[in-house]
Amino acid sequence: MSCRTSPEVGGMGHAIKRKEDLRFIQGKGNYVDDVQLPDMLYGQIVRSPYAHARLKGVNTEKAKQLPGVLAVITGEDLAKANLAWMPTLFFDKQMVLATGKVLFQSQEVAFVVAEDPYVAADAAELVEVDYEELPVLVDPHKSLDPDAPILREDREEKSNHIFHWEVGDQAATNKVFAEAPVKTKVNAVFQRCHPSPLETCGCVADFNRATGRLTIYLTSQAPHAHRTLFAIVGGIPENNIRVISPDIGGGFGNKVPIYPGYVCAVVASLTLGRPVKWIETRSENLQSTGFARDYHMTAELAANKEGKIQALRVKTLADHGAFNAAAQPTKFPAGLFSICTGAYDYPTAFCEVDGVYTNKAPGGIAYRCSFRVTEAAYLIERAVDVLAQELKIDPVELRRKNFIKPDKFPYASPLGWSYDSGNYEAAMKVALDTVGYDALRKEQQEKRARGELMGIGISSFVEIVGAGPAHTFDIAGIKMFDSCEIRVHPTGKAICRMGTKSQGQGHETTYAQIVAEELGIPAADVTVEEGDTDTAPYGLGTYASRSTPVSGAATAMAARKIRDKARKIAAHLLECSEEDLDWEPGKFFVKGAPSKSKTIQDIAFAAYTNMPQGMEAGLEAVDYYDPPNLTFPFGTYICVVDIDKGTGEVKVRRFVAVDDCGNIINPMIVEGQIHGGLTEGFAIAFMQEIGYDENGNVQGGSFMDYLLPTAVETPVWETGKTCTPSPHHPFGAKGVGESPNVGSPAAFVNAVVDALSHLGVKHIDMPIAPWKVWNILKEKGVVN
Amino acid sequence: MASKQLIQIKINGRIREAMVEPRLLLVHFIRSIPGLTGTHVGCDTSHCGACTVVLDGKLVKSCTMFAVQADGCELMTVEGLSKDGVLHPLQEGFKQEHGLQCGYCTPGMLMSSYVLLQKNPSPSEEEIRWGISGNLCRCTGYQNIVKAVQFAANKMAQGEKHELPNIA
Repeated sequence: MSCRTSPEVGGMGHAIKRKEDLRFIQGKGNYVDDVQLPDMLYGQIVRSPYAHARLKGVNTEKAKQLPGVLAVITGEDLAKANLAWMPTLFFDKQMVLATGKVLFQSQEVAFVVAEDPYVAADAAELVEVDYEELPVLVDPHKSLDPDAPILREDREEKSNHIFHWEVGDQAATNKVFAEAPVKTKVNAVFQRCHPSPLETCGCVADFNRATGRLTIYLTSQAPHAHRTLFAIVGGIPENNIRVISPDIGGGFGNKVPIYPGYVCAVVASLTLGRPVKWIETRSENLQSTGFARDYHMTAELAANKEGKIQALRVKTLADHGAFNAAAQPTKFPAGLFSICTGAYDYPTAFCEVDGVYTNKAPGGIAYRCSFRVTEAAYLIERAVDVLAQELKIDPVELRRKNFIKPDKFPYASPLGWSYDSGNYEAAMKVALDTVGYDALRKEQQEKRARGELMGIGISSFVEIVGAGPAHTFDIAGIKMFDSCEIRVHPTGKAICRMGTKSQGQGHETTYAQIVAEELGIPAADVTVEEGDTDTAPYGLGTYASRSTPVSGAATAMAARKIRDKARKIAAHLLECSEEDLDWEPGKFFVKGAPSKSKTIQDIAFAAYTNMPQGMEAGLEAVDYYDPPNLTFPFGTYICVVDIDKGTGEVKVRRFVAVDDCGNIINPMIVEGQIHGGLTEGFAIAFMQEIGYDENGNVQGGSFMDYLLPTAVETPVWETGKTCTPSPHHPFGAKGVGESPNVGSPAAFVNAVVDALSHLGVKHIDMPIAPWKVWNILKEKGVVN
Repeated sequence: MASKQLIQIKINGRIREAMVEPRLLLVHFIRSIPGLTGTHVGCDTSHCGACTVVLDGKLVKSCTMFAVQADGCELMTVEGLSKDGVLHPLQEGFKQEHGLQCGYCTPGMLMSSYVLLQKNPSPSEEEIRWGISGNLCRCTGYQNIVKAVQFAANKMAQGEKHELPNIA
């Protein structure tokens, strides 16, 4: 797409530098922990060392006697206010502070409030908790065993089963499988991992007794929805709650749920009438807040002998930990996992998911992912590679044979989605050409002959992002529209307020570029503000790659409403009829007489100083956008690895990522998002795992053992693009922030398996640590 | 609780004095006494580097040091990088090359890059990657941070001399 505006205006397609950077590079960001209020108190949570234990007693006396301690709140205290439990975002409830028993290690047991954070930590040590250990359930496959301990005694249903969900035609699928000449199967675990944004979660709750208002500074990806939930759960009038989500140090889905610490801080502030800050440590973040994945999946493909896929059958066990704290649309217990049919054209599929409880931290959140799309993309891209391997067909050829062809869009998938647009083979071709695929295959053959291990992995993923539409999608009942309000000031500058909330995505720049594109007001003259529920229009927030598809669309629609009014004012100023006017970004001019024109700045001034008779003053508009469909970004990623036989270490030699997210607002920011997402995908494939031992002790509970890549391990990323606009989005954009995290894990794993495929290896579960590879090499007799 | 001690730390050229508990972490001193909140806390095991500052010319993770240990020292934080409203080439590089997204790791990254360029004014890509390997970033994938440091190295080499704060 070529740019319609000049670089000075900075509309769509310009790689303008980010407006938000100036404060961050000078240490002037304002994150939640930077909020300092007079008389502020500090909260500290007492946590359970056990994964499953009866709570025999909580003695807070010694802690309360420590000078500087104002309160120690327990589950029993909260129960008196009916707040010991809170609803999760998915038809379950979660203990705020434990009563009766604890269900996972690091569960919240008491909340200490003190004048000083060090004193709060001292006091937490003085809280004496009497536990009686109970049998621990860690393996989700044992959750439904007859002798499994029943974890959730609060539920009527005495079972660890949470839900069964299925979609597709089971009978038709089974029939295809019964008759298919080729069947293949892969069991793949997408391990439990944690988004781990560099800033942990936290809040400052500030209840002002004089005004009756509660202000909550919150690490929130969805401040408006959180305000409503605080109002409903806490019984506080919603007009008396102001949620401010200031600068957020990364979210990746971790900051969508409401956590016990937030509720405790609010309760403490309401009780004490002073501001209460609660900031979790990294260990607390990893051990107790929303984890992601933990999907134990089986995929089967039916095909003919030439590799044409006929059907897909998927069975999955979802481990949700102690509470189902998934944050996803209410009609979708397994999120959008039913995108698992992928980029391929076949009529029949069936997918079923069962959710179970275990003694692990609660969650099931979408980690840089549109609700389980990552699991789905990983599964189908693994399964397709296994099919190619079994049929001895090149994985590129097999994909090409099965891709949905460009003339088939909008494409009705067998599990019920309508893919908006796509050209999968075009994106794959760019990736193949960039990486030099044929030469790499030749090199691989030569290396194999010499006993060296090299692999090439391909992933041709499809995403489903940008929820709504409102008729299908809601979070806790609130429809998934999103919003934008634009006010153009008399001097032609503007402010734009949104229902979303950036956590690093660069909204202050990209939304301003949309306004620049639609109104011709330079992006530099447009202030973008998000995260203050007192000033911004209501919206559902930023996750699931929905900011551009939904709030971005709202921005364009609001701008177009302003343009409609501007046309009337321009006609008034130019003394002509509206029909005589043409628009180019930044001005209306008389058709055939371009010198007779009025700029948007002229018009803005007139909107306050010289409006037509009978017209309301001002130049502003708000739009609540309900998308007609989701958007379906896609791409092909190719990874080349070399394996050190001596250590089992995998070295990513090259990684080519070709993305198609439709029309691009800011190519620099899109590329940055892709770099970041690929790095998280790399980390998931090779490093990140929240494991548990048989007693339910967290094995990835700090950065000592939850491994994140540094600049040294991280590969160099090569990016490319194709452009297939979304036909239903106002400016043809899709979402992109999550694509690289969704599409890349399969590329990494496929590359490693490809390097070992001649040894008969068909699958390795992530994270692919050197020891796993080395064990395989040993088992296969490659090393001694 | 041990008795408080009077300490003095020169931060970005200004002497800051306070009575502190011996257990007070340096990062908490920096954030609370002069209120310089650019230095962040991202972990509790000294892995993430968000709290990185320059102490007597050396990089330290200020969450891993007590404030009393810095008594009498000179310290530089991200707030000391620009001078008289002029950005340091590194700050400019991070903006020009899109070397940041959420901004949380950025102050620590800037400090590590600053000391790297002091020691090695024209580092290779590999040297840059090692130079910032004590700092985690969850957003950028590091690639544009590497470019940002290269931008600064080039700019500083081109003689557009930026007066560096005296940290020795």
